[in-house]
Amino acid sequence: MTRFLKYVSLVGASVIVLGPLVVVLFAAFKTHAEYGTTGPLTPPRDWFNVDNFATAWSKGHMLRGFWNTTVILAISLTGTVFVGTLAAYAISRFTFALKRLVLGLFLVAALVPGVTTQVATYQIVKSMGLVNTSGAAIVLFLGTDIVSVYIFLQFMSSIPRSLDEAAVIDGANRFTVYRKVILPLMRPAIATVVIIKGIAIYNEFYIPFLYMRSPELNVISTALFRFKGPYGAQWETIAACTMIVILPTVVIFLLLQRFIYNGVTAGATK
Amino acid sequence: MTALLSPPRPEVATKRPPRKKIPVHWFYLAPALILLITFTYVPVGNMVWYSFHKWDGLSPAMDPVGWDNYVRVFTDERYWRVFLISLYYFVASFAQIAIALYFAVILSFSTRFRNLFKGILFFPYLLNGVAVGFVFLYLFQPGGTLDSVLRLAGLGEHARLWLGDPDVANIALAGTSVWRFTGLSFVLFLGAIQSIPGEIYEAADLDGANRWHQFRYIIAPGIRRIISLSFILAISGSLAVFEIPFIMTGGANGTRTFVIQAYETAFQFRQIGLASSMAVVLLLLVLLITWIQRRLVPDDEVSLS
Repeated sequence: MTRFLKYVSLVGASVIVLGPLVVVLFAAFKTHAEYGTTGPLTPPRDWFNVDNFATAWSKGHMLRGFWNTTVILAISLTGTVFVGTLAAYAISRFTFALKRLVLGLFLVAALVPGVTTQVATYQIVKSMGLVNTSGAAIVLFLGTDIVSVYIFLQFMSSIPRSLDEAAVIDGANRFTVYRKVILPLMRPAIATVVIIKGIAIYNEFYIPFLYMRSPELNVISTALFRFKGPYGAQWETIAACTMIVILPTVVIFLLLQRFIYNGVTAGATK
Repeated sequence: MTALLSPPRPEVATKRPPRKKIPVHWFYLAPALILLITFTYVPVGNMVWYSFHKWDGLSPAMDPVGWDNYVRVFTDERYWRVFLISLYYFVASFAQIAIALYFAVILSFSTRFRNLFKGILFFPYLLNGVAVGFVFLYLFQPGGTLDSVLRLAGLGEHARLWLGDPDVANIALAGTSVWRFTGLSFVLFLGAIQSIPGEIYEAADLDGANRWHQFRYIIAPGIRRIISLSFILAISGSLAVFEIPFIMTGGANGTRTFVIQAYETAFQFRQIGLASSMAVVLLLLVLLITWIQRRLVPDDEVSLS
């Protein structure tokens, strides 16, 4: 009996999770007339009707959205990895008087929700002349990331110091140790950070919406958001566009499931 | 520290170059520290400064107004009402934690299609916020998915303007939020439960403990810290709700949250000072809650062994 209830609850939850997505998928394949005459729970007549996807792709300038997102992702992730690993290297391998203060600065910053400080951050980004450029998103994604530093720090403390010392005896300087010994060993931590931060950047809405107003700078989220006004009455197009945005997430998730679970757990609990 | 305690070594001291160089570790730290200070500490400082001024964000003149902005946040209904909206999301987060905990427990033990169910429950957390907003706009439309399902179930008379009626709009939005974030709590709980050593369950089985006992006496205490962390995230999260209501209703029909109000005050009505004082209040609340949590659940408590 309890076993039965267990499966009922699991299937019920799956329906609640997948149902809202499936009906949007249905709508994406319907013609405008068909959308008007059939209910949302009716599957489309023709599963190969990709007109809405074509309209959404071209009218929403989705290619541009994906391109802008990719550029921002690539630069911010590379930057985060270098900035974060360098800082973690200094904190974990050097002894200096202000170390506790530096650690404290990172710790307290982790408590400040980014969304609260945007009013003031906006003035700073503006004074740098970065408003309405992709640079705004890039510097903010680089600068607000404290969790990555923690993940790097934690992982670095598990790399034995004897490796560094051996390299130093062989004549390597501090930077060579970082580049040739530490960085290659950090690969799992780097993968974790790239995954959790990559997902967060792909899904970010507030920062591109606030800082990158012009349509040429649209990322995936803001490109989709723009559909709200002019396409309000054309749900089949909006549905197709929503599916286009979701699709890469589905693919990445199916390919990297295990890493994503581990990454999220590592990122959230510090 | 150890360098201070070790005896002085004159031969090193004499070799020291005459000009004092910046210690090398600062070069490694510099990029991270500069970014941290520029985009976190300077904004927090500026925000406190702005909050005591009347300023449109453009003109060079900033009028000092003392505590006026704060007085307004606490006395003008438009500003303090948004705190009440947080309560919807806060209550919803209890549901979220309970659902996540239930599924984390049952999926920690052998279950058919375990990985499939795990994947399905976690998946919404990975979705783009705007996409989630649109999916649920579609769901809550008049004559949309929810209404159709209700009609199928013979409950057609309960159909209503889910997002247009101020009485239910916030509940609909908070429900969307639960749908989106349950997967995160679920995975966190799942990870914590898996870190409890398996022998403990075996011992409990031998002692004749049933599932409820195991939950009550092994799992719940074992993952107490992550549960308490989830509540903290829930409280600060429900104060900082922005995306879902902004995308779905734009804050209309009584769904304006604190962050939407602050966003409009700052970027549409250009009252930077007033918006800053709202942000300062929000920040202080979040810090206060975190501090209380630290006091209630000290880091070094909880152990199973």
